[in-house]
Amino acid sequence: MKTVMGIINLQEDNKLIRELAEHRAVESIPFAGRYRLIDFSLSSMVNSDIPNVAVMLPDRPRSILDHLRSGKDWDLARRHEGMFYLPSSTEEGREGDLKNFYFNLDFVEHSAEKYVLLASGSFVYNIDFTELLRFHQNTEANVTMMYHTVSGEQTGSNIVIDVAENGLVKDIAEKPVVYDGSKASMGVYLFDKGVFVEMVRYAYEHGGSDLILDGIIRRADVYNIYACEHDGYVSHVDSTAAYYQANMDILQPEVWSELFMGEHPVYTKTLDNVPVEYKATASVKNSLIANGCIIRGEVENSILFRGVTVGKGVKIKNSIVMQKGDIQDGSLIENVICDKNVVISKDKWLKGAPNYPLIVAKNAVI
Amino acid sequence: MRKTECLAMILAGGQGSRLGALTKKIAKPAVPFGGKYRIIDFPLSNCANSGIDKVGVLTQYRPLELHNYLASGSAWDLDKRDGGVFILPPYAREKGADWYRGTADAIYQNLNFIDLADPDYVLILSGDHIYTMDYSWMLEAHKRNKADATIGVFEVPWDEAPRFGIMNTAKDGRVEEFEEKPAKPKSNLASMGIYIFNKEFLKKYLEDDAKDQTSSHDFGKNIIPQMLKDGARLFTYAFQGYWKDVGTIESLWQANMDLLQDEPPFELHGEWRIRSSNPPLPPHYIGKDAKVKNAMVSEGSMVLGEVENSVIFSGVTIGKGAKVKNSVVMPGAVIGENASVDYAILAQRSEIAAGAEVAGEKGAITVVAEGETIEKAAGSKQAG
Repeated sequence: MKTVMGIINLQEDNKLIRELAEHRAVESIPFAGRYRLIDFSLSSMVNSDIPNVAVMLPDRPRSILDHLRSGKDWDLARRHEGMFYLPSSTEEGREGDLKNFYFNLDFVEHSAEKYVLLASGSFVYNIDFTELLRFHQNTEANVTMMYHTVSGEQTGSNIVIDVAENGLVKDIAEKPVVYDGSKASMGVYLFDKGVFVEMVRYAYEHGGSDLILDGIIRRADVYNIYACEHDGYVSHVDSTAAYYQANMDILQPEVWSELFMGEHPVYTKTLDNVPVEYKATASVKNSLIANGCIIRGEVENSILFRGVTVGKGVKIKNSIVMQKGDIQDGSLIENVICDKNVVISKDKWLKGAPNYPLIVAKNAVI
Repeated sequence: MRKTECLAMILAGGQGSRLGALTKKIAKPAVPFGGKYRIIDFPLSNCANSGIDKVGVLTQYRPLELHNYLASGSAWDLDKRDGGVFILPPYAREKGADWYRGTADAIYQNLNFIDLADPDYVLILSGDHIYTMDYSWMLEAHKRNKADATIGVFEVPWDEAPRFGIMNTAKDGRVEEFEEKPAKPKSNLASMGIYIFNKEFLKKYLEDDAKDQTSSHDFGKNIIPQMLKDGARLFTYAFQGYWKDVGTIESLWQANMDLLQDEPPFELHGEWRIRSSNPPLPPHYIGKDAKVKNAMVSEGSMVLGEVENSVIFSGVTIGKGAKVKNSVVMPGAVIGENASVDYAILAQRSEIAAGAEVAGEKGAITVVAEGETIEKAAGSKQAG
């Protein structure tokens, strides 16, 4: 994959996940006990031996910059190539992500690689993109996208396709709701570099604002677009419901193993946390527990991030507690998402609905 | 290199033969400890946390895994442009190559390195103790006493004193006499094997010692007694806190168990963080029917059975119905369904087959060696 440059796009719409994405980009939301959403696309690129990865920064970049820093934890702090940051465009008057690509086009044009792999940072998967490149080369496509088959109903902004048996995309559209069996984009697009540059330039100069809508969908007849299916685990985290569900999915040992324990690890910013301390009164079932936690109470069907403390007599059920949460003696939380640094003081009871988790904002003291 | 105030030298070449099967493939300082660490993380983190940023690590015995682990030193924030971790194995000179013949000889053979770093003080540490200590306080005491050498000491119970090197001191802490394993100890201040020397002073003694054919080139046996004989200013620095020599199977097991106390014997979560190389593994998963209490469990492990009074390292699999008690399970070990493990240390990537049993007892901990598989004993009853 030395011929491919990666670009990670951090422009996910936050309107269905506002509570968690108020102070940070969607792609920077903590996930699965120790990760941020961007870790999955970024690690997949690194594991596919893509030497040069550009991160298209969101409007509020602090949280992403603090997470990625030099790229060292992804082995991307290199003397040559490695990680690059592309600033978002400050151009007024036009919405969308297209302007960001347009104003950074010289970076793409001047890189030595032949192909551009664009991935959205808000999907959860663990993929070796080598097969996608082979597929792209074999079909002589201009653009090859990856898709997965949706199970159940899925709301949000979905790019769905109709695809022929040989992988040729016959139709591509954006829909607010998709149903069981739909073929949905995974936000992964592989371009010949020349095609990418021409597409961005043409679309922007003709008044476009969104790369996928104005660059690809409106001009689908101009390009040779193919699609390649991924049959492993995929989740698009663009809503609070999808976020909660994707976290709960990780509690299935098969999903946990597929994402994290295979040949290709998922990298993230490392901290020096102590292994989890289970004290004499601890009782934990079907849960994912990150290092640095100290547990004296009961935890069931839940995810505890790094450095959470669970006091005596506490019951945590069907919940997600982010980094450094302090759940004090005697309190009960069920169907709750606690953002970072939340304190639930003694004997407090907090309960959300099973299909509508209650969200406790960052740094809140209850 | 820029001039350094205090250079640390960690003696990490010991064979650790008393750790038996655990050091068959790796050096003692590389032995895993405490759920995610290796023994050498403790002196290295202490150095980094004490503001000592130039550290020589003297390796010799089975160094590959240790070298690989230390790598650039970045895990301890010791990958400095001018400083950091320097790996110092024995090397060949014009007149042939020598192994390190003793603790003093190991330092003597690296006098070139010490001259290059050009420190005022040299801190000598060993790679087989578990403790957290601020060496900068010891250095302050050394300077205040205008000492030639300062020796870290630890108060041991009187009945254990005959097993240690004991320092007899004056009221101001000046060493008057050093007795190696005295039958009738006059003091209970045991040497911790931690020394600060003025560099030129140390250099002179090492050069003299190297010429002495009868010397065993050991700090405790030769260098310190000779300094005392010459009337040098040797002071003790009393360390208070948790300190454990983990040179034997029993002490290694006990030190792991010490971490399971409701209040661990030293602060694990505070500012004085023990740093280590972190593998890219997810939070561990505790299954629907699992029971875990009085235990430490690290990343990437999957626990479907029962764990009690045990330390579980990263990437360990514990199958359904398995019972693990009073044990230390090192990275990548696999414990099959319905297996049982009690009073044992399972080394890296060892495997206990489904239904198999490993049973040691207190005072006689069973060790399963790295990569070894324990099969289910023939004729034993099928559980369930």
